[in-house]
Amino acid sequence: MSLLMNIFQEIPLHNYLFLSAILFCIGVFGVLLRRNAIIIFMSIELMFNAVNLLLVAFSTYYSDSGGQVFVFFIMAVAAAEVSVGLAILVTIYRNLHSVDIDELKSLKW
Amino acid sequence: MNALIYTSALGIICLLAEIFNLRKLIIPIAIAGLLAILGTVALDWNADNSIREAALYNMLRADSFSLTFSGLLISLTVLLLMLSTDFYKTEQAKISDYIALILFILAGSLAMASFGNLAMLFLGIEVLSISLYIMAGANKHDKRSNEAGMKYFLMGSFASGLLLFGIALVYGETGSFDIVEIRDFIATHQPTSMLYVGVGLMLMALLFKTGAAPFHYWAPDVYEGAPMFHTAILMTVAKIGAFAAFYRLFSACFIPVMMPFGWVLSIVVALTITVGNLSALVQDSFKRMLALSGVSNAGYLMIAIVTLYGKTDNAVFYYSLAYGMALITAFTIAILVYRSSETESFSGFNGLAKRHPFIAASLTIAMLSLAGIPPFAGFFGKYYIFSEAVRNGRMWLVIIATINSIIGVYYYLKVVFAMYLKESDSNAAPLQIPVIYSVVIAITLTVILAVGLFPSTVLGWL
Repeated sequence: MSLLMNIFQEIPLHNYLFLSAILFCIGVFGVLLRRNAIIIFMSIELMFNAVNLLLVAFSTYYSDSGGQVFVFFIMAVAAAEVSVGLAILVTIYRNLHSVDIDELKSLKW
Repeated sequence: MNALIYTSALGIICLLAEIFNLRKLIIPIAIAGLLAILGTVALDWNADNSIREAALYNMLRADSFSLTFSGLLISLTVLLLMLSTDFYKTEQAKISDYIALILFILAGSLAMASFGNLAMLFLGIEVLSISLYIMAGANKHDKRSNEAGMKYFLMGSFASGLLLFGIALVYGETGSFDIVEIRDFIATHQPTSMLYVGVGLMLMALLFKTGAAPFHYWAPDVYEGAPMFHTAILMTVAKIGAFAAFYRLFSACFIPVMMPFGWVLSIVVALTITVGNLSALVQDSFKRMLALSGVSNAGYLMIAIVTLYGKTDNAVFYYSLAYGMALITAFTIAILVYRSSETESFSGFNGLAKRHPFIAASLTIAMLSLAGIPPFAGFFGKYYIFSEAVRNGRMWLVIIATINSIIGVYYYLKVVFAMYLKESDSNAAPLQIPVIYSVVIAITLTVILAVGLFPSTVLGWL
């Protein structure tokens, strides 16, 4: 266990930063490019989890527990948010029989 | 500074009241509770500075800005709850959910107006947004409401993701979530690119939440699709709360890095005002016109962020007060008209002046106040914000804003023309005006007139 901890601590902070930036960008492109609402939800979760990883890395770097507590807030909020989002999606599916967001175009100029 | 805790507790009490079969009492309990909370805010406001500053481990900071905005948000919610007695008459089964959600929206916006830590900013924005997603999609058999909820949800959670990544980068740079510690760190250290990216991402997220260009595309769709009363909540409590968070973040925390962001923000402001105004010009729907004028109003308020170096707190509070009161008047009347004519376009208002002269006169006053015509409150709101901007050397911005507010007069007065100059349909039914609506209109009009005639009393509060 302590060996594993040593290995983790040898990884420089920059690597965590780059990894979470890449994950975050994958999430952003998922939201912007995909048309299926479920995939968009997954991409938003990916964005949140990239942030979680980054916060934990910084929190360990500064030996400050604040960042890890923040991660718990993010997890709780993300769960609440997705449950509301899925409920909205179910009502849409009942009315439109589709989860493609391009079908949502009744509100326009 | 316990208003946040009391408000959340009141929301939970409203949910519990359903179990004990007290549905009829929910709204009176909520209004009485909020008035009591308003009293505690007033007590805090009168208290000694040293006592109120150190509350709740600096998660919330009770300075005069946060206390006056809390007072404003609570008062607006009381007015909205008074309207809700009649709006939810046909939906008694869901009333405890709706009222609890309105109280949670208020709790979120209170946290946003008084945060002292970025964790509270995030939690406030999320509590507000998650409740609003439900409110926007509340009419679940209506496709337009569904669509509004979905669009708001997707845009809102995307913006939350940006905000979080920004917070994480700022934390990585400064090692703290506390706004005062962050400000001191930035002031004493050379800023790096990581900090700039972090602040930029947070800025983008807040532009999303306030509905400012170029991130405003969700706003008109969501405001149009949501049920009328919920649009009123979105445009008053939610918008003022989001703006208070925006202003507080930049005035209390990021003021040392405002120089590079000042120019970006000025361009965003000019764009927001112009785009909002020009789109509002061509609208046929009263609701959508108000939604787009809300975009341009966010722009006028953001001028205060560009010119942060002056004493702009007063001007921002005054403008928010005038804007909130005028919008509540407008929406109260719009709900009544929509109910009798079933149309959201301007034609629903045709000939209203002959049938209901007082209602028509109230709507005219609200519109003139929003357009910024003296002696109503909206004029002085614009005047104070613009004069701070001139003092800080942003003349070109003020010129653009002034031209735009002249354009604004045209579309605000469109509804006034419809009421006074056009003939109504012969079969138009007279409006059913509940007493409580008249009370709300009387209160808001009194505030608009009083604040417009004696602006210095309000300016002295901060």
